[in-house]
Amino acid sequence: MTGSRDPIVRLDHVSKSFGTHRVLDDVTLDIPKGTAFVLLGRSGTGKSVALRHIIGLMRPDAGRILIEGRDIGPLDARGLTEVRKHIGFLFQNAALFDSMTVGENAAFPLRRHTRLSDHEIRDRARQKLADVGLEREFDKMPADLSGGMKKRAALARAMALDPGILLVDEPSAGLDPITSREIDELLVERKRGGTTLVVVTHNIPSARTIGDELALLHDGRLVARGTASELDRDREPLVQAFMRSQGGG
Amino acid sequence: MPQPPLVDRVGAAALGFFEFTGSLATFGFRALVDAFRPPFEFGEIARHVYQFGLRSMPLILIAGFAIGVVLSMHTRATLARFGAEAMIPAGLALALIRETGPLTAGLLVSGRVGAGIGAEIGAMRVTEQIDALEANAVDAFKYLAVTRVIACVIAMPLLTAMMDFGGILGGYVAEAVVSGMPWQLYFERSFTYLEYSDFIPATLKTMVFGYLIGVVASYLGFTTSRGTEGVGEASTRSVVMASILIILSDVILVKIIFFFYPQGPA
Repeated sequence: MTGSRDPIVRLDHVSKSFGTHRVLDDVTLDIPKGTAFVLLGRSGTGKSVALRHIIGLMRPDAGRILIEGRDIGPLDARGLTEVRKHIGFLFQNAALFDSMTVGENAAFPLRRHTRLSDHEIRDRARQKLADVGLEREFDKMPADLSGGMKKRAALARAMALDPGILLVDEPSAGLDPITSREIDELLVERKRGGTTLVVVTHNIPSARTIGDELALLHDGRLVARGTASELDRDREPLVQAFMRSQGGG
Repeated sequence: MPQPPLVDRVGAAALGFFEFTGSLATFGFRALVDAFRPPFEFGEIARHVYQFGLRSMPLILIAGFAIGVVLSMHTRATLARFGAEAMIPAGLALALIRETGPLTAGLLVSGRVGAGIGAEIGAMRVTEQIDALEANAVDAFKYLAVTRVIACVIAMPLLTAMMDFGGILGGYVAEAVVSGMPWQLYFERSFTYLEYSDFIPATLKTMVFGYLIGVVASYLGFTTSRGTEGVGEASTRSVVMASILIILSDVILVKIIFFFYPQGPA
């Protein structure tokens, strides 16, 4: 574990249902500052829903979400905006703004939330894209990029404001193993830079590479939590099955 | 599986209708309120005015011209029975400026712009771009919906004036071909009976059309689901619903205009 034990993100008895389907069931979770926390689970078990709660895109039916000790539930739109400035979100499908160039995408948070000059914004956006190896793609449209490049461009956008927390939804989804590893390495670099990572994935090799701590979500409940080696030794059949899947274990 | 009784189905449909109407009205009201709250997103509004307004001009001018030609032919056929061919320019201008121009412009813009807004925002919804805006600490409603509604409100009267111009030009061309009327005389007769009260209320009422187009299309885009199929549906429904609302609102707006200008044109 590399970070301090102060939780920067806390889910406190969070429950969420869609109709009669309970997606999160009394989930409590502390994520220490400066660490990489990986939430594992099969598709449809509520991992992405948990991530969306952390950034306030969804509100819990019960429980609280605390970011740096601050409950985001009662916040109005302005308060939530302030919290979101300190959180980056890498979406599963990149979610680049397709009417903007890659450079404009990377520059978007800077234009919205800083008073930098146009020249400075372009320089910083170029730097962010260079950090993910996309400096030459500055003027391209997202439609002209491959899946891996889109993810990297989205990572550049998510890191534009140097947020303290980076939420990552399925970094390996739809990518070949080599590209997937490149994305993992970029995320590890962010962690080394002090960013707290909250990563949702069902890719065990990816989770082992990125995560300081892993947790397994099943049927809306956390069924296991620990380092990769601790989960490897867990005797729960579900945990064992999961950790040994996809080349893990 | 047996179908529920007819009463249940009618009840469910009625509830669905009221829920949709309430939700749309709330969305429209919020757009109206948020339009007067900072930040004002002037850059986005200007971009949309350019996209909706300037890029719709060729369609509006061509359609206006064609309508002017057709109206001229009909007006001639009618007025010739009474030996009142000299009234053709004035009759055409009045019909065009007071009703035909605004309504046709509204319907054309609902087709071109409404479909575009519904599809664009719908596509952003299904590809998580709206969530990405929110995650980037941007009020997506304001950034996407309010700016488009304002742009439609600004663009509509301008496009209507363009349509009126195209129509009068078309009327003149048709008249010049048939009777060889010189353009000075045509325009003089066109504007003799026209007053500001004919032009200004009729043109400004299209701001309401613009508001309806922007609100309906943005709402349907925001509430899009079911992937690309949903995007197509949002686009089509935007056109249909905006067109119906434009026609219905026109009835009310004309009544209001007649209330404030009871004698109509001089």
